[in-house]
Amino acid sequence: MSGPAPGARLDLAGVLSGVRRMAPLSLFVVVFGLAFGVAALSRGLSGLEALLMSALVFAGASQFAALELWGPEIPLLPLIATTFAINARHLLMGAAIQPWLAQLPPTQRYASMVVMSDSNWAMAVADRQRGETNVGMLVGGGIALWLTWLAGTLLGVLFGSGIDAPERFGLDVIMGCFLLAMLVGGRRDLSMLLPWSAAALAALAAMAWLPPHSHVIVGALAGGLAGLLVSPRRGEREATA
Amino acid sequence: MSLPATLAGAVTAILLMALVTYLTRAGGVFVMSRVPIGPKVERFINAMAGSVLVAVIAPMAVQGDWGARLALLATLAVMLTTQRTLAAITAGIVAAALWRLLA
Repeated sequence: MSGPAPGARLDLAGVLSGVRRMAPLSLFVVVFGLAFGVAALSRGLSGLEALLMSALVFAGASQFAALELWGPEIPLLPLIATTFAINARHLLMGAAIQPWLAQLPPTQRYASMVVMSDSNWAMAVADRQRGETNVGMLVGGGIALWLTWLAGTLLGVLFGSGIDAPERFGLDVIMGCFLLAMLVGGRRDLSMLLPWSAAALAALAAMAWLPPHSHVIVGALAGGLAGLLVSPRRGEREATA
Repeated sequence: MSLPATLAGAVTAILLMALVTYLTRAGGVFVMSRVPIGPKVERFINAMAGSVLVAVIAPMAVQGDWGARLALLATLAVMLTTQRTLAAITAGIVAAALWRLLA
């Protein structure tokens, strides 16, 4: 984020253009939303609860992970910790665009962050690097993603209720496959192999010896700590500069 | 501490998730305008973000049936070769469905 033209603005034309430019990608989001809706029903959420979660949380990976914790009882601390840990990447993403957004009035700045997600953030950062001052890609792209994520969830809820024994069609593995695709779909960085191995081993150990649901937190913390051992090479994100 | 999965309990849990998620979205902007995130914190957060997914997936691979394992393998293979998320997930679902059809 170093160097580009100063200034930031947010207007309707920019937002609409952001919606348009995100439209092709957000069609895929419908399918993920559908998968979430189906998975949510199979974990015992009602259709209304699934829609509410998609509308208010709007963060796919953490929603799928929350389903793993869902049951007759919802364990609060693991749920909060897991949601935080999975979405902690937002902190870095927000930090990276802060110098740009700081030039907007605070209301617009913090309202824009409501819809910040991976792909609209990435496209907005690219805009910014080309010298664009309009924040419309972030907001418009986010609105497009939000609408299609919600529409997809609705389809999944409607369509999913008609499916009994979803595991027969392999639908119970959507969650795991989605998370795995997210994991290896990011930037290719071999230095992550050490933290990830630590996370896997710690999670399995916690599964065997620690209280239920603690494995995600234990694994995430072990991975984070192992990450401190990895020497900071060029694998570091340069986005915060 | 846990909530019963009644409507009120579930809605409370969802509202808490929404609050935590918004705090991560706004938090980076808020904190960066005061303190810069140091390289150590950044390395920790970077490693933790992927690790949490690993921690969710690993037990599925170890404790799941072969349908689940093949699904994860298929997703990994397609993702590494094509980088196409949708194709990778489809391959995983098809792998699990096929295995359970035949096994």
